[in-house]
Amino acid sequence: MSKTPLVEVKNLKQYFPIKTGLFKTEMLKAVDDVSFYINEGETLGLVGESGCGKTTVGRTLLHLYEPTAGEILYEGTPVTEKNIFSMRKKMQMVFQDPYSSLDPRMTVEDIIGEPLDVHKLYSSRGERREKILHLMELVGLNAEHATRYAHEFSGGQRQRIGIARALAVDPKFIVCDEPVSALDVSIQAQVINMFEELQEKLGVAYLFIAHDLLVVHHISKRIAVMYMGKIVETGTADDVNYNSIHPYTCSLMSAVPIPDPDYIRGRKRIVLEGDVPSPLHMPSGCPFRTRCNHACEKCAEAMPPLTDRGNGHMVACWVK
Amino acid sequence: MGNDKMPKKNPLSAQINLSKFNSFMFEKASDEEKRQQDVMSESTTFFKDGMRKLFKNPLAVGSIVVLGLILITIIVAPMIVPYHYEEILSVDGVRDKGAKNLAPFTYSKLEQQYIDNGGYRFPHIFGTDEQCRDYFVRVVYGTRVSLIVGFFASIIVLFLGMLYGSISGYLGGKVDLIMMRIVDVIYSLPDMLIIILLSVVLQTILNFSPGSLLASLGTNMISLFIVFGLLYWVGMARLIRGQILSIKQNEYILAAKSIGAPTGMIIKRHILPNCLSVIIISTALQIPSAIFTESYLSFVGLGVQAPMPSLGSLANAARGGLQSYPYKLMFPALAICLIVLSFNLLGDGLRDAFDPKLKK
Ligand SMILES: Nc1ncnc2c1ncn2[C@@H]1O[C@H](COP(=O)(O)OP(=O)(O)OP(=O)(O)O)[C@@H](O)[C@H]1O
Ligand SMILES: [Mg+2]
Repeated sequence: MSKTPLVEVKNLKQYFPIKTGLFKTEMLKAVDDVSFYINEGETLGLVGESGCGKTTVGRTLLHLYEPTAGEILYEGTPVTEKNIFSMRKKMQMVFQDPYSSLDPRMTVEDIIGEPLDVHKLYSSRGERREKILHLMELVGLNAEHATRYAHEFSGGQRQRIGIARALAVDPKFIVCDEPVSALDVSIQAQVINMFEELQEKLGVAYLFIAHDLLVVHHISKRIAVMYMGKIVETGTADDVNYNSIHPYTCSLMSAVPIPDPDYIRGRKRIVLEGDVPSPLHMPSGCPFRTRCNHACEKCAEAMPPLTDRGNGHMVACWVK
Repeated sequence: MGNDKMPKKNPLSAQINLSKFNSFMFEKASDEEKRQQDVMSESTTFFKDGMRKLFKNPLAVGSIVVLGLILITIIVAPMIVPYHYEEILSVDGVRDKGAKNLAPFTYSKLEQQYIDNGGYRFPHIFGTDEQCRDYFVRVVYGTRVSLIVGFFASIIVLFLGMLYGSISGYLGGKVDLIMMRIVDVIYSLPDMLIIILLSVVLQTILNFSPGSLLASLGTNMISLFIVFGLLYWVGMARLIRGQILSIKQNEYILAAKSIGAPTGMIIKRHILPNCLSVIIISTALQIPSAIFTESYLSFVGLGVQAPMPSLGSLANAARGGLQSYPYKLMFPALAICLIVLSFNLLGDGLRDAFDPKLKK
C-alpha cells in the first residue's frame, strides 16, 4: 500500500447496550474490532449471514451510530462528529429496504433534491431541477416521473431513486447495504449492472454489502467475510471464492448454487451444524468454533488474529 | 417479421391455433408502442388519493352531508326564526301564557286570534316548552353549544396531546419513560368521577366578573374545557408518541440523517407530515366523545348553565313531562345521536381512507 486508501477503518467497534434484566445491561458486540480499507474507485464486498453486523459496519462507518471505539479515516483524515457534515458530501449510503428508505409523502423530485437542499448545491430552482433530472437520467429513471410519489414505483425503480439520492452530492464513496436483496432476481442483475456502470462513469468506490457470494464476487475486486461481528477472511475476490481457507467461508462457498451439474456432483456440501450463538453470549476464543468441524482446544482459548496467507489473503483461523 | 412459420397446434392443447391466422395479421410491437406500456397509472398525491377513497365510502359521504345540513341549520335557522332561545313568547307585547307545551306546528289561542286578525306568526316547528319558549330555537342553540364544546375541547386535547406526545416520542429514553408514567397515572383515574368532582370544585372556584366574555360563556362551560383538557389529552399524547416512535424507526429518517439533514428539518419534512393523517383522524373521533360527555354532564346538571341550552340539558328538562310530551325528549336525543354517529362514521371513513397501514 503505497498511497493512502480512500476510506480506511481501523479496529472499529460498535457495542449496543441491551437491557437483559430490570437493572442489568449487557453489551451486544455487533461489530468487534473490524479493520479494512477501500481504494479510490474500488469495490470491497462484505458478506456474512444475517445478523452478523454488516449493516452496523456500514452505518457506523457513516457515523449514523456513534462508534464505540476505533477510527474511520477518509483520505487520511479522521471522520469525527465535528467534520461529519462535510464528510456527508463525500460518503453516502444506499439502504437495504427500498420500501422504507423513501418517504412516502415526498415526490421523487423532492427525495432526490433533499441532499441538494441540505448542502445548498444549487443557486436557482431551475438549476435544482436540472440537477435532479440529470440524476434521474443517470440511474435510468424516466424524467417524466419526477413529480410522482415513491409509493407509485416498483422495488427496482425505488432502489434507483435511492441511488440517485446518494449520488446527488457527488460522493466518492457509497455504502451499498444489500441494495439488491429485496429485489426480484431479474431486476437484481439490472441494478447490479447499473452500479458497475456508475462506477465506471463516476469513479465512485463502494462498500458493497450482501449475503449472496455470487453477487459480491461479480461486483467486487476484494471481499471481506464477516462472522459475528468479526472479519474472518479477506482477500481478492478470486482468492476468497476459489481458494477459501476459513471453514466458515468454505461452508458459505459450498452453499452457492452453481449452474453446472457436473461440478455440483463432484462437490461436497458442507452443512453447518448447530445454531448461530446468541450475540449476547459469544463463545470464548473463536466465535465460529461451536459450529466448526475443525475446532481444537486452542480455538476456545483466544480469537485467532488475521494472518497473511500470501497476496494479501488474510485469514483468522488457528487450524487452517 | 422474420419468422413466417407459425407453430403447429397440438390437437389437445387449448392454445389458439395460430395457423388459422395469416401471418400479416400480427405485427411486432414497435419500440414506441412498447414504451407506451411503460407509462404509469395516473399520478395521485397522498391527499387526493385519500379524498377519492373517502368519497367512495357511502357512509362517510352520508355523514358529511348530515353534518353539513346540521351546520347550515344551526347557522341559518337563528337568522330566520324570529324567536330567541330565552325569549318567553308574547303576542303584541302581551305575554302569551297559553303557549305552554304546544305540540309541533300548533299555535296557542292568543296566537290563533292574532293570525285570524290578519297577523303573521312564525310556526313553532318543534312546539314550545314548559316556560313558553320556542323549542326549535332552543334545540338549535343547544346543538350549537354542544358542537362548540366538542370542537374546542378537541382542539385543547389535540394541542396538549401533540405537544406532550411529540416531545416524549422524539426525545425517547429516560424522558420518555418518566413522561409516560405520568400519563399512565392520569389514564388510570376513573374519568367520570374526576369530571364530576372537578366540575363541582371548579364551579365554586371560577368566579368571573359579570359582563366579561368568560362570564357570558358561563363557568360551567369553562370548567368543561378545563376538565377535557386535563383528562383527555393523555389518549392523544399516547397516540402521537406511538406514531412518532414508529416513524422514527423508518429507514427514511436514517437516510435523511445520512444526507446530513438537521433535526428540525427531519421533524418538519418527514415526521410531522407522516403522522398528520393519524392526528386528523383521531381529532375527528375525539369530537363526538367530547359532545357525548358534555351531553352527559349537562344531563346530570353539571354542564352548561341555564338558561343557555345544551342538548343534554334539554333532554334532562324533557324527562319531566316524558309521558305527556315524549317528542320533547326525542328532538335533542335525535340531534345527539345524529351528530355523534356522523362524526364516528366520518372518523372511520377518514381512517380507512388515510391510514397508510391499510394501503396494500
Ligand atoms: N440499533 C441497534 N440496537 C441494538 N442492537 C442492534 C442495533 N442494530 C443492530 N443490532 C444488533 O446487531 C446485530 C447485527 O445487526 P446488523 O443489522 O448489522 O446485521 P446484518 O448483518 O446487517 O443482518 P442482515 O443481513 O439481516 O441485514 C444484530 O444482532 C442486531 O440485533
Ligand atoms: Mg443488514
